[in-house]
Amino acid sequence: MDFMLDKKHEMARQLFKEFAEKEVKPLAQEVDETEEFPRVTVDKMVKAGFMGIPVPKEYGGQGCDPLTYVMCVEELSKVCGTTGVIVSAHTSLCCDPILTFGTEEQKQKFLVPLAKGEKLGAFGLTEPGAGTDAQGQQTKAVLDGDEWVLNGSKCFITNGKEADVYVIFAVTGMVEKRGRMQKEISAFIVEKGTPGFTFGTKEKKMGIRGSSTYELIFQDCRIPKENLLGQKGKGFNIAMHTLDGGRIGIASQALGIAEGALESTINYVKERKQFGRAIAAFQNTQFQLADMATKVQAAQLLVYKAAMAKATQKTYSVEAAMAKLYAAETAMEVTTKAVQLHGGYGYTREYDVERMMRDAKITEIYEGTSEVQRMVISSALLK
Amino acid sequence: MKIVVCIKQVPDTKGGVKFNPDGTLDRSAMLAIMNPDDKAGLEAALRLKDQYGAEVTVITMGLPKAEDVLREALAMGADKGILVTDRVLGGADTWATSQTLAGAIRNLDYDLIITGRQAIDGDTAQVGPQLSEHLNIPVISYAQKIEIDGDSVIVERQYDDRYHVLKAKMPCLITALAELNEPRYMTPGGIFDAYDAEITVWGRANLVDTLDSNLGLKGSPTQIAKASDKVRKGAGEKVSLDPTESVDYIMDKLLTKHVI
Repeated sequence: MDFMLDKKHEMARQLFKEFAEKEVKPLAQEVDETEEFPRVTVDKMVKAGFMGIPVPKEYGGQGCDPLTYVMCVEELSKVCGTTGVIVSAHTSLCCDPILTFGTEEQKQKFLVPLAKGEKLGAFGLTEPGAGTDAQGQQTKAVLDGDEWVLNGSKCFITNGKEADVYVIFAVTGMVEKRGRMQKEISAFIVEKGTPGFTFGTKEKKMGIRGSSTYELIFQDCRIPKENLLGQKGKGFNIAMHTLDGGRIGIASQALGIAEGALESTINYVKERKQFGRAIAAFQNTQFQLADMATKVQAAQLLVYKAAMAKATQKTYSVEAAMAKLYAAETAMEVTTKAVQLHGGYGYTREYDVERMMRDAKITEIYEGTSEVQRMVISSALLK
Repeated sequence: MKIVVCIKQVPDTKGGVKFNPDGTLDRSAMLAIMNPDDKAGLEAALRLKDQYGAEVTVITMGLPKAEDVLREALAMGADKGILVTDRVLGGADTWATSQTLAGAIRNLDYDLIITGRQAIDGDTAQVGPQLSEHLNIPVISYAQKIEIDGDSVIVERQYDDRYHVLKAKMPCLITALAELNEPRYMTPGGIFDAYDAEITVWGRANLVDTLDSNLGLKGSPTQIAKASDKVRKGAGEKVSLDPTESVDYIMDKLLTKHVI
């Protein structure tokens, strides 16, 4: 067992780090303040090939492994949680299901421009009444001749108004399962600009404020029959499989936020003086830092292990759930401690840790709350 | 078109320079990076490749670990990497380095050779022009803009207060300034490909028309007595006065400092 990164992964990390420091960090505070989607940064990421890292080259991607992708989201999130989730939602939630479940035609039409970054992707599962209970979908799709007709709405959609291609889930009928009638869910690919597809309100959020979170509205939105993704009625499985990958992406985002907060704090405590000496000289500070660093390291190992599992195993739900659960809770704990060690300054927007603490919270909620992750892990234990 | 770009792995001087007790550079204490002027030269070559189509070969002389900068260059888009490494080449000054590179490049077909203006660890700016001399081709140094015109290059050469526009027939050599461009990032896929690619490794035996007496420490006329960090100049003083006042002001300064 070897915990060392090989040379190509080291070089990739160096690339992501340099890009994050040079292109992303200088804008992080402004993106947070203005709540504006960082289009300029996304354009630069497109040029650098960051929008299709784990997608095979034949489909316009970079042909790298999940670990490389994870390190990209991690390094971006170290300096800006918003930028991290833009890449994560695009890659894990839109490129990945099309790569896994799409037909060759769908891959050529949608995945190639997505992986090249010519188009941005999003994923619509959540509805006002269907969060953790994803089966509670109300959006419906009815086949009418050669077209599916979509009606309903989706909420809290990352990359909402900025995306071009959306993977959308809708109820396509009822089926009997173990003597009970259940909703049959299917997945669809919907393009921006399709008549009947509009945007509702933009969410005003606590953190990741530049990430363009919107409500999507479908009113008699007609999409071609061939935009059904995977088999009819298999939508729930597609959603769950996609979220397994997505959770690794969010776990990387959480890990990055925690690392960023730890780094900022280490620098701060060496400079801040109280009672005539740097606060780094106090044992309380040292012990807090030791705990923070240990948890960050543990989170990193879980996240990287989950990335390796995605590369080598057929299913990796438990690894992904553990990585997300632990990394998200670590991000919340570490950023809270970081603010505490910064004292009054940490509570102001002048210091990055204030933003990081707000950004961290969402990682315990989206793409499955921490409670959902515990359900996934425990159900595997008790099977 | 075939372009050869000479690059060097240098210690990153951004965080300050570290010295060994004997006054030589402590390279192990500093991060190794691609020399910034060389990176601009590589970017210039890659832009010519994008614009006109070209095969870009990167070459470096150094220790085996200098392979890392060749991989970086491949990850940015270069096509081939050549590492010239041999014990007998160690301790080379600019003369021995340019002789070595010339000996290696004589194996290659090329239309254009691009080097950085100078390396941040030596600051001599000699290797590029020396190399052109050994290969008997024209050199245009301090390039801030490069264009191709048929079988010639048109280059803007930077000067203190102006630039010169020069045209030279290929094959020729250009030395590039870091200000020439903003080098592109590597791509993640490029990095993966770069580590799958084979780096050509050459030693003494591969050098063409090169005398032993021109190689390595023995072939280096330069003896370094002592190395030290650059003394940073202050920002200076800027005043805005009319010409008569300016003359008085300058005279006054020169008198107070006992220059005149």
